[in-house]
Amino acid sequence: MVAVVNYQGGNVQSVLFALERLGVEAVLTDDAQVLRAADKVLFPGEGEASSAMAALRAAGLHEVLPTLTQPFLGICLGMQLLGRRSDEGPAGGTELLGMLPFEVVRFTPPDAAHKVPHMGWNNLHDLQGPLFAGLPGAPVANTGAPGAADYVYFVHSYYAPVGDYTIAQASYPAGVPFSAGVRHRNFYGMQFHVEKSGPVGEQILRNFLTGDLL
Amino acid sequence: MLTKRLIACLDVQNGRTVKGTNFVNLRDAGDPVALAARYAQEGIDELVLLDITATVEKRRTLIELVRNVAREVNIPFTVGGGIGAVADVEALLLSGADKVSLNSSVLREPGLIDALARRFGSQCIVVAVDARQTNAAATGPADEAWEVYTHGGRQPAGREAVAWCREAAERGAGELLLTSMSHDGTRDGYALGLTRAVAAAVGVPVVASGGAGAAPHFRDVLALGGADAALAASVFHFGDLSVARLKTYLLGEGVAMRPVG
Repeated sequence: MVAVVNYQGGNVQSVLFALERLGVEAVLTDDAQVLRAADKVLFPGEGEASSAMAALRAAGLHEVLPTLTQPFLGICLGMQLLGRRSDEGPAGGTELLGMLPFEVVRFTPPDAAHKVPHMGWNNLHDLQGPLFAGLPGAPVANTGAPGAADYVYFVHSYYAPVGDYTIAQASYPAGVPFSAGVRHRNFYGMQFHVEKSGPVGEQILRNFLTGDLL
Repeated sequence: MLTKRLIACLDVQNGRTVKGTNFVNLRDAGDPVALAARYAQEGIDELVLLDITATVEKRRTLIELVRNVAREVNIPFTVGGGIGAVADVEALLLSGADKVSLNSSVLREPGLIDALARRFGSQCIVVAVDARQTNAAATGPADEAWEVYTHGGRQPAGREAVAWCREAAERGAGELLLTSMSHDGTRDGYALGLTRAVAAAVGVPVVASGGAGAAPHFRDVLALGGADAALAASVFHFGDLSVARLKTYLLGEGVAMRPVG
């Protein structure tokens, strides 16, 4: 059984539809027993870190989620919430769930041409592990440039720096990498919108659903 | 690197696309869901659904449409057209829209931008700005005067375009959808001077709209106009320019693009 964490902080519907397109009927729940019993857990997130954490606390999920042991995938803000702390939020920051050791910081654009949010399709690089197996799309012949298989959709103003936990990188501005994917034990996170990243996102989701990720 | 985006706009009325299309092999070109799925498959980067329904049934049909598009389409889409209430924004986002675009409502009540950004996050709040050049005899981009209009470009809103864009971004808009009413429908190219002025004035992404007629227009507005994305409707709908061909052209011109296939 695939569970999607239900709380006031995510574009839950888009993730449910993406699973439906892959033929998976997921359970939308905030029940600790149901979450513990699931084979895989997806944790979407959108919006602002401190309100998302407040919603998780109100539902008691801040204590449940870190104790889960099956493959767990945080998406977008859901990935950031796996960290220790974010600069986002009133009072100078927000304490997060703490399954991973990173601290989330805001993009500081070097010039007016670099906009925040980092919004649009960017290419992944330095990929590690089974989530990125078999991504569809041809590489661009003889150019060394990224091909269709490398591009996914991002919308975010804050990011997790690259560290030992990073399993995928993207760069913004060009040449300045950040964590596009992270992992610690069963906890995986993707900064981009897996559910909105075309066939590439669908393959990553399929890999999460079918792969042996522990 | 982060690529520039190509966006197809679908005008929708009572749940049907209004402007015709001549896509081959598309059984029902009036079905926005089929059309949206077709564009996604062809490699468009994003979609905008612009609802021009003016009936009391609007809200229900739009939410149903958004659910159906979100169910079928695996790329991001924005919904706009007459959206004014916080409850409408919430319902559209919960139905699967990625972003919501606001125009007249935020001109009437600019504080709504702040409220929506606080509630839902800037990333999903787009402010659409329709501008018209009020001195067509300007000698160059520096002399151009642009005013904000509402009601499809018929009513002046009493605001200068660049200043309003700056205010909208400062209040929390996460993206600006900038349409030149002076260029819309001409197919002579985008408003480069206006787009450049707005892109330089704000720290959020700018989507240029109005005037696309040929591939070089996209290159100009993305490479010279400083736009982060270029939106078009008829040039895509009528098959004058396929997404794949356009992207190949733009990549050849040195514009960063997500390749097709």
